[in-house]
Amino acid sequence: MRFSGLKVLTQGLTGNRGWRPHWRDPAPKPEYDIVIIGGGGHGLATAFYLAKEHGLTNVAVLEKGYLGGGNVGRNTTIVRANYGLPGNSEFYSHSLKLWEGMEQELNFNTMMSQRGVLNLCHSDGQRDAFARRGNAMRNQGDDAELLTPDQVREKVPYLDFDNGRFPIYGGLWHSRGGTARHDAVAWGYARGADQRGVDLIQNCEVTGIDTEAGRVTGVQTTRGAIRAKKVGVVVAGRSGQVAGLAGMRLPIESHVLQAFVTEGLKPCIDHVVTFGMGHFYISQSDKGGLVFGGDLDFYASYAARGNLPMQEHVMEAAMTLMPMIGKARVLRSWGGIMDMSPDGSPIIDRTGIDGLYLNCGWCYGGFKAVPGSGFSFAHLIAQDRHHDPAARFRLDRFSTGRGIMDEEGTGAQHNLH
Amino acid sequence: MRLTCPICGDRDRREFYYQGDAAMLARPDPAAPVQDWADWLHLRDNPAGRTRELWYHEAGCTSWLMVERDTVTHEVFSVDLVERVDAD
Repeated sequence: MRFSGLKVLTQGLTGNRGWRPHWRDPAPKPEYDIVIIGGGGHGLATAFYLAKEHGLTNVAVLEKGYLGGGNVGRNTTIVRANYGLPGNSEFYSHSLKLWEGMEQELNFNTMMSQRGVLNLCHSDGQRDAFARRGNAMRNQGDDAELLTPDQVREKVPYLDFDNGRFPIYGGLWHSRGGTARHDAVAWGYARGADQRGVDLIQNCEVTGIDTEAGRVTGVQTTRGAIRAKKVGVVVAGRSGQVAGLAGMRLPIESHVLQAFVTEGLKPCIDHVVTFGMGHFYISQSDKGGLVFGGDLDFYASYAARGNLPMQEHVMEAAMTLMPMIGKARVLRSWGGIMDMSPDGSPIIDRTGIDGLYLNCGWCYGGFKAVPGSGFSFAHLIAQDRHHDPAARFRLDRFSTGRGIMDEEGTGAQHNLH
Repeated sequence: MRLTCPICGDRDRREFYYQGDAAMLARPDPAAPVQDWADWLHLRDNPAGRTRELWYHEAGCTSWLMVERDTVTHEVFSVDLVERVDAD
């Protein structure tokens, strides 16, 4: 079933009785060519691109809960390609191009809104760093513009420009960045994969990974054993547990990241605005809620909820940046489980076990990577060689020390990102 | 979350700096292969459940602490001085 304006109109006029479920709910078959563990954004995108780009449709996605019930359904929905280091730069550039074509590619309204991302700077040094990063982005072929304080004021007049501690010295403007409807991204990829013959199997937790002579042969699940020639693990915060099923330890520590939404308000924040000094960022959803978040709580956690000190810090940062936000009432907050890598950059690579592939380490930036990650991971699984834009996301970079991608420049150490 | 420092008593989480998994205490032999050192530095069990961690009482007595904690419930089972549990 394809969506079109005419279809929506006729359905609307006939009581919306003609809609059907957008994907099947199949029982697992005993064997697949490829099994993807994890039915989140990255896993569903991987399955979609395996089918679309490589013609591989004897594929199952195994999800222990429901599709898109993890981090893809609980993030702050920001899409951008404003990275400064080789490795990340070309990857996110590719991913943003996929975002720009996503709605046509999926025939699904993911409400992609290129409202622009504005990073604020508060010192000469930070402005210089932004100039450098902006040039790196432009060299990559993406857009970036260094704004003066007056240009920033024109876009976002409600900020506290003359703040005593963090006066605004300008900003880096990335006009192709923005937000998208996070759930719709998962649903769009799920529907596209299902239409091409991929089995999306929910309520199916993987409890074991079978290997034979150094090669993966399948998985054990709560819905029985499934044989597979290749297995892709893309389970975000749960990467440590799933890799453990194959006897692997990963350079990953799972942390909690909190986010917040206010009651619905009339449109007031037109862009994504980030305040790096407070590790605070904000946008306004199409429903009107102000969606904002801060930094990690900075301790290992699988609780999917955070603690009050970070909530207080985020509220303080919000008040520092835009005092008007004090009038808004916070409706809810939540925490997601982040797969933190030592250098803050992701991993898309083979493992020491033939046929077992790994996709993890997205830290607190996995949403914008969904299409690029799926595309590159599908390429790696299908062709057994790295896709160029993701070729530097190597698992062994931590032991060799080559190709560390530490965007924050704090060092490749677990508790620093 | 609050931690009970053996020296200072019950204190707010904000007084403490989180270092990470207590596996850091099990340093490889200085003559061990480089790979052992790389693994020690980067690889983690990353357990969902009970775990032992190193915390630093930065805004208190500046002791290094061994905290036994549940990463799923945030329940804290015990806090001890690292110098006591890792005497060597």
